[in-house]
Amino acid sequence: MNLFQHIGRETIGKVAAIGRAGLMLFGALASLPKLKNVYLTVRQIYVVGVQSLLIIVVSGLFIGMVMALQGYTILVDYGAEGSLGPMVALSLLRELGPVVTALLFAGRAGSALTAEIGLMKATEQLSSLEMMAVDPLRRVVAPRFWAGMISMPALAVIFSAVGILGGHLVGVDWLGVDAGSYWSLMQSTVEWEKDVINGVIKSLVFALVVTWIAIFKGYDSIPTSEGISKATTETVVFSSLAVLGLDFVLTALMFGIE
Amino acid sequence: MNKYKTELMVGVFIVLTIGAILLLALKVANQTMTNAGDTYNLYAKFDNIGGLKVRSAVKVGGVTIGRVADIHLDKDDYTPVVTLSISTAYEGFPDTSSVSILTSGLLGEQYVGFQPGFSFDGVEELKDGDYLQDTKSALVLEDLIGQFLFNRGGKDE
Repeated sequence: MNLFQHIGRETIGKVAAIGRAGLMLFGALASLPKLKNVYLTVRQIYVVGVQSLLIIVVSGLFIGMVMALQGYTILVDYGAEGSLGPMVALSLLRELGPVVTALLFAGRAGSALTAEIGLMKATEQLSSLEMMAVDPLRRVVAPRFWAGMISMPALAVIFSAVGILGGHLVGVDWLGVDAGSYWSLMQSTVEWEKDVINGVIKSLVFALVVTWIAIFKGYDSIPTSEGISKATTETVVFSSLAVLGLDFVLTALMFGIE
Repeated sequence: MNKYKTELMVGVFIVLTIGAILLLALKVANQTMTNAGDTYNLYAKFDNIGGLKVRSAVKVGGVTIGRVADIHLDKDDYTPVVTLSISTAYEGFPDTSSVSILTSGLLGEQYVGFQPGFSFDGVEELKDGDYLQDTKSALVLEDLIGQFLFNRGGKDE
């Protein structure tokens, strides 16, 4: 009997959490954004976007370089090293750009968002805002959400571009693939709508999921130091799993059966 | 953090993003010439261009001297016309030069092999807009196999 009660309680708890998460997002976004809140969003873009730039650029560069190195050693056996450009560009634009950016973003910015909002709750800053008749959902949650939604696709695009340049660095400048075939085969293979736009759509979906999880985990955390540490861990774990799972679904929808 | 610096850094971030989008749009997904230097055009008619693509390389003995600028079908005799854009650093090939469509490696991309002809008295130099007369088409594997089988069939009788 205890087992069933346990399962029941867990299920009700999970469903209630999903409901609370939906209500929180609805409360934050349903109201029209105020003009004076634009600066709050810009401030958050600085925190989650600009400050993530270094890790994104460095990982993009090295992932592009590694792919060029690995791809070259395999392709050169078939005399097909000219196909290095399409290989690097397609894997970055379709998969690695959005996914790795989302994973890094969850670790770099998502955990920070959770900890910040969790600590605001623990130190009762959120309650104080409500006491002053300021809606914390609109004042605290909404700017952070929009900042995540704007920053992550931007970071993913930068990641892919830097990765392609990194692949050029290793493939063309170091290993001696013809620069013309690197770019020309890439241009004839990569399609703007199918590859680039779909990659951006993917990163928009990941941005929604990661930022939502990060903000909700902070907003819903148990206001103790232990609770905040648990919420931060859960943010990184849940959003990474959600990103990887959703990526498969999105890939199947976008590039799967046609 | 003062307001000015925050706005400045966000501005830089947005500009970087627009730069990355432009790179993806122009250099990765679209067709734009990034080749520096002056070029001149030669034309060549082939029976079959196989898998030749725009921006494929034009090579003399393995050295890239230009790119395929355009491929279209001649409206009168329905043969493919390939526009070769050759760097002006390599001017003055004789009129007797020939071009053929070759493949690099077993599975590699196709390129235009340019074979400079002999120059002797009475042979003019190739100039911008000239047609190359001597062209060899791409090898199509199915045709080769067909010919091979046809020849064998003839031998057996």
